[in-house]
Amino acid sequence: MNSSTQDTKSAEGQHDYSLLQAERGSSLWRDAWLRMGKNKVAIVSLIVFIITCLLCFGFAWFCKDPIQQNLANKFAAPSGEHWLGTDAMGRDLFSRILYGGQVSILVGLVATFVAVTIGVTYGAISGFYGGRIDAIMMRTVDTLLSIPFLMVVIVLQAVLSEWSTTTSKWIVENWGWNKEFTNRATNVLPLFFALGLFGWLTLARIVRAQVLSLKEREFVEAATSLGLSRLRVLFRHIIPNTLGPTVVYATLTVPGFIMYEATLSYLGLGVESPNSSWGILIKEGANYLETNPQLLILPGILFSLTLFALNFLGDGLRDALDVRASKD
Amino acid sequence: MLRFIASRLLQGLFVLFALYTITFFLAKAMPGEPFTTEKNLSEESKAYQRALYGLDKPLLHQYLIYPKNIITEGSLAVSTSKGRPVKDIISQSFKVSVILGLSALGIAICIGVPIGVISAVRRNSWVDWGTMAIAMIGICVPAFTIGPLLQIFIAANLPGIKVAGWGDPQDILLPAITLGLSTAAYLARLTRGGMLEILSQDFIRTAHAKGIPASKVITRHALRGGILPSVAFIGPAFAALISGSFIVETIFQVPGMGQHFVNAVISRDEFLLLGVALFFGFLIVIMNLAADILTGILDPRVRITGSSPK
Repeated sequence: MNSSTQDTKSAEGQHDYSLLQAERGSSLWRDAWLRMGKNKVAIVSLIVFIITCLLCFGFAWFCKDPIQQNLANKFAAPSGEHWLGTDAMGRDLFSRILYGGQVSILVGLVATFVAVTIGVTYGAISGFYGGRIDAIMMRTVDTLLSIPFLMVVIVLQAVLSEWSTTTSKWIVENWGWNKEFTNRATNVLPLFFALGLFGWLTLARIVRAQVLSLKEREFVEAATSLGLSRLRVLFRHIIPNTLGPTVVYATLTVPGFIMYEATLSYLGLGVESPNSSWGILIKEGANYLETNPQLLILPGILFSLTLFALNFLGDGLRDALDVRASKD
Repeated sequence: MLRFIASRLLQGLFVLFALYTITFFLAKAMPGEPFTTEKNLSEESKAYQRALYGLDKPLLHQYLIYPKNIITEGSLAVSTSKGRPVKDIISQSFKVSVILGLSALGIAICIGVPIGVISAVRRNSWVDWGTMAIAMIGICVPAFTIGPLLQIFIAANLPGIKVAGWGDPQDILLPAITLGLSTAAYLARLTRGGMLEILSQDFIRTAHAKGIPASKVITRHALRGGILPSVAFIGPAFAALISGSFIVETIFQVPGMGQHFVNAVISRDEFLLLGVALFFGFLIVIMNLAADILTGILDPRVRITGSSPK
């Protein structure tokens, strides 16, 4: 190597370095954020979702006990004491809606987290290693995708919920936890897993497709030739670049899971009364639709509003991150 | 094309087997046991019942004998909670489920596809915004909210339409609307997306340039490609309609298969559970195949490579 090529190299190197600096000033995420800012619907949705979360996870703790019954005061009209009135058991509707929101939103978020963790790892490994491993892993996903999701979740939920009752009893007896709190917590746990364990399939395919194109790119070659191990290349250099589609898909998965939670609870296979969730509230409300429609309509409105917000937010993110429309 | 169908059928068989395996072991893992009734049965009579249904055999034997009986005798075993052959239960209720599912799908296609086309053609106008907002309502408001509201506002006010029940032909209307609405919304969004992509392509400009009337360009040239995402969605959509029918059947008291599935889970009736699950799985495999073939007919690229274009 003569000195002139070395010169150009270092010049190129410097040039690249300055480019890197410039890119850091306006990263993919920053660009996306700026584009999102122009999308009024997405911003309003984000605000609506944040307010709902603040109400359910913050304000709810200052509200009345959602399980406290008062049969002398059922179907009460809204008043200073009960802001939205009471339900068929004389329980405060407002705090039941907020506590129900805790469960519904948590199920949506945690199940999505489980699904994303499995889906990204699975898809990345499948795409990265390729060949026979890829073929086997993707045939498995194809097979699982053709299986009626809700049916398997229903059966799995039946298996897990009995297990959660025993766990709850065991915790109360051995660790001396508050019984009500433990029940509330273990009642929801099976849902996280039942939904998360089957919700990762589409994401695995999306991530795999991303990884397939990413692994041929120069920066991966550069990282490999620098002597990084394959796993490090995968986890430090490839997976972070799949985050755009992952974030979009995850945002659109949350409302789906919230809907599944409500469906299962409505069928009596999810969260159980007296614990509250939006599905439970709508189910209970439907029984008194003719006399007290607000018991169905009020939780229904907040439920639909949250789903609205999350779906529009996902759409906005998709436009902002410039992800090609996925099939669902 | 024949090879394509054959390979898909083989894959479908594999799917059914996987579904069977998952459901079988999950059903076995379900706590509680099938013969728990109000009257407490003695241990002996329970053991007798278990032997009668072959539930006392080793797990592996049970796992293998069920598919063997399906293939050799066409038998789906006997329901432990109802005491009747699962085949009879399914053959009685499946017609109801299929009629409900298909009419919901029909309603969804008739509403969803035209809306999607219109909003794509009038992109970024108030028509587009309005219809897409309505579509979002269809996705976000759950069937168990729409259903009761339809009961209250339509069934209570229109003569001839019952709040719940199944018997007259018009009884299909409300359950099918409730069931089909969210699918219609998804179809509208998919059709819009597909049409937007096609409408921006060169051959559409060429068609316009040749002086073909706009309506003909849309229906003849654009729709064929623009509808592809929706066609691919119909298989999964049918699966979703079937799963969704659990809810709708409960609300409108429709005697379909969904209720049997939920009851089977609650009463730990594993044969009924397996039978219904496999039957649903079978329907879904068939619908997916139909969607694939339809995609092949509409999209010449698929016919050559045997896989959908990415």
